[in-house]
Amino acid sequence: MKILSSITLAAAAAVILAGAAPAETNRANTLVIKDGWTRETAQGQTAGGGFMVITNQSARADRLMTGSSTAAAEVQIHTVSMDGGVMRMRQLRDGLTIPANGAVTLKPGSFHIMLMGLKRPLQRGMTVPITLQFERAGSRIVRLAVKPVGATGATGAKGTHHDGD
Amino acid sequence: MTEIDPAATTSLKNLRVLLWIVAGLAAVIGLLLYAGSAQKNIPASDYASAFGGPFELTAADGSKVTDKTLAGKPYAIFFGFTRCPDVCPTSLARMARLRQQLGDEGMKFNIVFVSVDPEQDKPSDIGSYVELFGTPIIGLTGDDTQLAQIKKGYGVYAKQVPINPAQPQGDYTIDHTAAIYLIGAKGEFVSTIDYHEADSVALDKLRRLIA
Repeated sequence: MKILSSITLAAAAAVILAGAAPAETNRANTLVIKDGWTRETAQGQTAGGGFMVITNQSARADRLMTGSSTAAAEVQIHTVSMDGGVMRMRQLRDGLTIPANGAVTLKPGSFHIMLMGLKRPLQRGMTVPITLQFERAGSRIVRLAVKPVGATGATGAKGTHHDGD
Repeated sequence: MTEIDPAATTSLKNLRVLLWIVAGLAAVIGLLLYAGSAQKNIPASDYASAFGGPFELTAADGSKVTDKTLAGKPYAIFFGFTRCPDVCPTSLARMARLRQQLGDEGMKFNIVFVSVDPEQDKPSDIGSYVELFGTPIIGLTGDDTQLAQIKKGYGVYAKQVPINPAQPQGDYTIDHTAAIYLIGAKGEFVSTIDYHEADSVALDKLRRLIA
């Protein structure tokens, strides 16, 4: 009887510990990803950019290392520069640092993720799930809302189309 | 009465001669300057041969489009590729938006997109890409020789760069000029629209283009 109750107690404790997962809870609280979006793509267009705001509320810097998505063959982290009127896109092979108690905005003309080898065109209104790997916060799922091609941000898309057309 | 001093008369005469020489020199310099500036006022038609020049590209439906096909209507031309994540969709969407803001005048110029990535972008791909923007855009591309010709004529920089420098044969991106070139109805260079320029400035330039 005594043994049995001990086992029950231990099992209960294990369930509570697993359920609480304090490390996970901390991660969830300290790294927040918001306003994920991307642009619609055309047939034959095999890549698309992904944009979002990543906020790190912890006292330690984190790093976006890599990503994956069922929508594309590969997810890469890129940046864009404009020198002398020439647009240059480069892969951030060492990832993207998210500073302690800071935020990084992935946006057109700056840092972004690239969905390389799109399996099918991204259509307006769709949501594209991607998994991002952070050095400290681990893996995170972000849902990118597919916006009109003329969109410049997650909200108030300045599309060339009117809503509903 | 006052007696005229012969010495003074001589010096006055000398001064008069000197003044005439100065005036003459000024006239000659002025004429030379005028001639110089007049030479700079090359008629617009001559610019057409200095800028742009002939080109031949392929449209989405496979038809040939040349500088002569486009002549007769001004156009805004932009060079990019469909896998371009940012500057290409941003610039083309902006041209579509500016055209809309011009109202009826907006159709007085063509919007032309030239893909500098023939390896990835087939003519039909470019056709479906430009359709995303909800306004007529002429999507063009060509083979390496044809693209080299128009890039040279327009002074466009576009270069394939491997995404991973350690894998030069692997996937690539393209560094390319981000400006939009505004070309007059005779093929002459009119202006450019810069990526960072305010829409109001760009609208003024478009109004001048179609005026």
